[in-house]
Amino acid sequence: MGTFLLKRIMQSAILLILVTVIAFGMMRLAPGGPEALYAVGGNMKAEDLARLRKSFGLDEPVHIQYVKWTTGMLTGDWGRSYRDRRPVTAVIFERIPATLELTVSALLIAIIVGVTIGVLGAIRQYSVADYAATVGAMLALSIPTFWFGLMVIYLFAVRLGWIPSGGRQTLGEPFSLVDRLHHLAAPALVLGLVLVATWSRYTRAAMLEVIGQDFVRVARAKGLSESRVLFTHALRNALVPLVTLAGIQLPLLFGGALVTESVFTWPGMGRLMVDSLSYRDYPVMMGILFITAVLVIIFNLISDFLSAMLDPRIRLI
Amino acid sequence: MSSHNDQVQDLVSDWKSGRVDRRTFIARAMAIGFSLSMASALLLTTDATAAGVATKRTLTSKPQGEPVKGGQVIIGLSQEPTLFNPVLSNLEVDRGVQYAIFDSLFRIDDGALFVPNLATEIPTPGNGGVSADGLNYTFKVRQDAKWHDGTPVTAKDVLFTHTTIMNPDIPSPIKLGHDKVASAELVDDYTLTVTLSEPFAPFLIVWSDTFIVPQHILEGQDLLTSDFNSTKPVGSGPFTYVNRTPGESIELAANPAYHGPGPYLETVIVKYLQDTNILYTQFKTGEVDYTGIQGITAAHYEEAITLADRVINKAPTAFVEFIYPNFGNPIFQDIAVREAMYLAMDKANIISQVYLNIHTPSETYLAETSWANNPNLAVHEYNPDKAKETLEAAGWVAGDGGVRGKGDLKLSFTNSTTEGNDVRAQAQQYLQQTWADVGIEMKINNMPPAVIWGDYYNKSQFDTVMVGEISGVGGDPDATARFASSQIPVLTGAGKNTMQYSNPEVDQLLADGAKEVDQEKRKEIYFKVQEILRNDLAVLPIFHYTFVEGTKTGLSNFKANAFVVSNMWNVADWYWQA
Repeated sequence: MGTFLLKRIMQSAILLILVTVIAFGMMRLAPGGPEALYAVGGNMKAEDLARLRKSFGLDEPVHIQYVKWTTGMLTGDWGRSYRDRRPVTAVIFERIPATLELTVSALLIAIIVGVTIGVLGAIRQYSVADYAATVGAMLALSIPTFWFGLMVIYLFAVRLGWIPSGGRQTLGEPFSLVDRLHHLAAPALVLGLVLVATWSRYTRAAMLEVIGQDFVRVARAKGLSESRVLFTHALRNALVPLVTLAGIQLPLLFGGALVTESVFTWPGMGRLMVDSLSYRDYPVMMGILFITAVLVIIFNLISDFLSAMLDPRIRLI
Repeated sequence: MSSHNDQVQDLVSDWKSGRVDRRTFIARAMAIGFSLSMASALLLTTDATAAGVATKRTLTSKPQGEPVKGGQVIIGLSQEPTLFNPVLSNLEVDRGVQYAIFDSLFRIDDGALFVPNLATEIPTPGNGGVSADGLNYTFKVRQDAKWHDGTPVTAKDVLFTHTTIMNPDIPSPIKLGHDKVASAELVDDYTLTVTLSEPFAPFLIVWSDTFIVPQHILEGQDLLTSDFNSTKPVGSGPFTYVNRTPGESIELAANPAYHGPGPYLETVIVKYLQDTNILYTQFKTGEVDYTGIQGITAAHYEEAITLADRVINKAPTAFVEFIYPNFGNPIFQDIAVREAMYLAMDKANIISQVYLNIHTPSETYLAETSWANNPNLAVHEYNPDKAKETLEAAGWVAGDGGVRGKGDLKLSFTNSTTEGNDVRAQAQQYLQQTWADVGIEMKINNMPPAVIWGDYYNKSQFDTVMVGEISGVGGDPDATARFASSQIPVLTGAGKNTMQYSNPEVDQLLADGAKEVDQEKRKEIYFKVQEILRNDLAVLPIFHYTFVEGTKTGLSNFKANAFVVSNMWNVADWYWQA
């Protein structure tokens, strides 16, 4: 166990370094820069812009900038945003609550609904319900999130007025759980529904595979009730690939739900990434990338452990 | 020697005392430099104040009824304000919030008049605030203004603001104008005298765009890393900063100790909506009371004007849309080419079909409402045949594919603008067509803003760009930084003359105009400048930008102001009708 962890940590460190080097280099190589924002509207002359670049540290060679960034990261100084000069840690971490809210809700919806549909489809294979679920899944996978989100806003917010058209809360009012849920409903459902498709297909496939195996037949022959066979024995084994799926999806959703966030103007990390991209706010971009990479590594590790717990045949070496 | 304000005020008092009739008023107003529509607006203003309505001093020149206290306004923006320190940012999006939190010595109102804000009076030659040679200015700060933490505002804060802006270690975007100051001295706690190295006519305009920051908080701090910039701004303005939900909104509360009239609203919320479609949707559903940047786009305009309970304001701005040619490219050095490009531009249809007649055609870099706008410039005509003749006569003959050439040069170039702007892209495509008809090949190459407005633009790496710009300091006609040959960044490292235009006569006129303090003489100089620029086609002007914004019915005292960058300039005067 100890050696396993050590090996994984070393692999992760190398991976992180590689990711940051590539990202850092690509950002600097891309044309344009953060001072372009000021060049358009202001009265800034060429020498003022040069001074601005210097204050961002962009006048130094790329590898020096990288070394400075890495040493900063190791000591907890993630740099300062080019846009408002606040510490990157503050800028990113204040977005985490909103992001978690959306991501976790969407994933919960996806898992609960998706697994249910998948199990039903596996049990009643080739029934009408199964075909309906399959078609539904294909539809949900094919519909672009932004179109779906806009349609939901148009129908339920503009036409019917049942839900607000965006944001996380009604501004200017004191905190109210009902208000927050009211705002969370649409984006979580839209994001969740697209994921339901993936979850239901994976679950169905995994369940079918397990149900067809010998030990299930043995369990039935032993006289166990059908629900015990399905849920205690079959589903538990079908969970292994699903845990892996969760491990992959959660960190990606963290910074990658940007389409849903944009459509519903949800103040999460995805939108921060998009805004930073257009401002060429390199420190914030690197910060988000770093966090996402770390999360991917951590969640992969967790899902590996969970898989091993669920299925003793899996050994962690 | 008469100042602009003096002339306007003379005219207004003549009207009030009945010395002029309506027709003479309009004629004199236009002579001062107002366009016909602005002259009429000025007349209405004067009537309203003459009727004795709202005697309180407001920042606007057209008060409407007795203001009612209370309520909240939600302002929707499609960009996020994040840098509230007015010394570090003058971006339009940040300026809106700065107008609420901070004061400046004076502001420009929607009638183009200076209105005192922190100053007790506008310095003029008449009151001794400006010396006869235009080199010495005396600023008198009012004694009842307080910072949001209770400390009194003094002239020391004004001096501190100036020295901070000029600090070589601080990348402030508003050094222009402040760099003309040779020395500044505190006469007493509330009086500051400033001496310029040379006369600079737009100096007061520079101060109308300079917000005063507190010395007692910022002195000794590292300005670039201070909390003040985006989480704890402290100003002396009508609203105090309450908090910010990042990526979502900023909350401001009324300052009960504000020295001026107002504020009347209790809370101002600035909401960030990223996308103009969503901004419009929320305006429609009533979740937003006022659409700020980027307002209502051409795509939504036709529906917007039919909405009930909404007021759609069309506001003239000082922005003009141009095609900038790069004189570094030999093709554009030939006047025949520039003339042909202009003749083959179907301006009327671009404005009416692509921009739905929201904007108005332009022949100059100055706003229609500017006192120095030259109304006698040659008017554009769309004449493709004449374009062809001009090119033929200059030796540009049709080559293969119908594209003209002369010697080694081929009449083929790129035109770039900000990517993602669908309406502009349509205008570009139309231009491409009409130019192709006369043998000019134009290729479209659009880029994201962070790319195009970086080195590509600043170091004159482009062929042509389609851009909307203000060329003078705060709408003042002094466009030295844009058109003088000493201001070409790629050659001299300074300035904004990215077209690399060079004309010694224009250089001299611009230098004279910046030094001249007499309004009448300045006007003559800038009339000449505009005439030369128009005949030379240094830039190809297309239209004056009209900004379309929406407000909910009942929001009073909202005033579109062409002379400032944000229409939140008088948020201290806004109120909800009962």
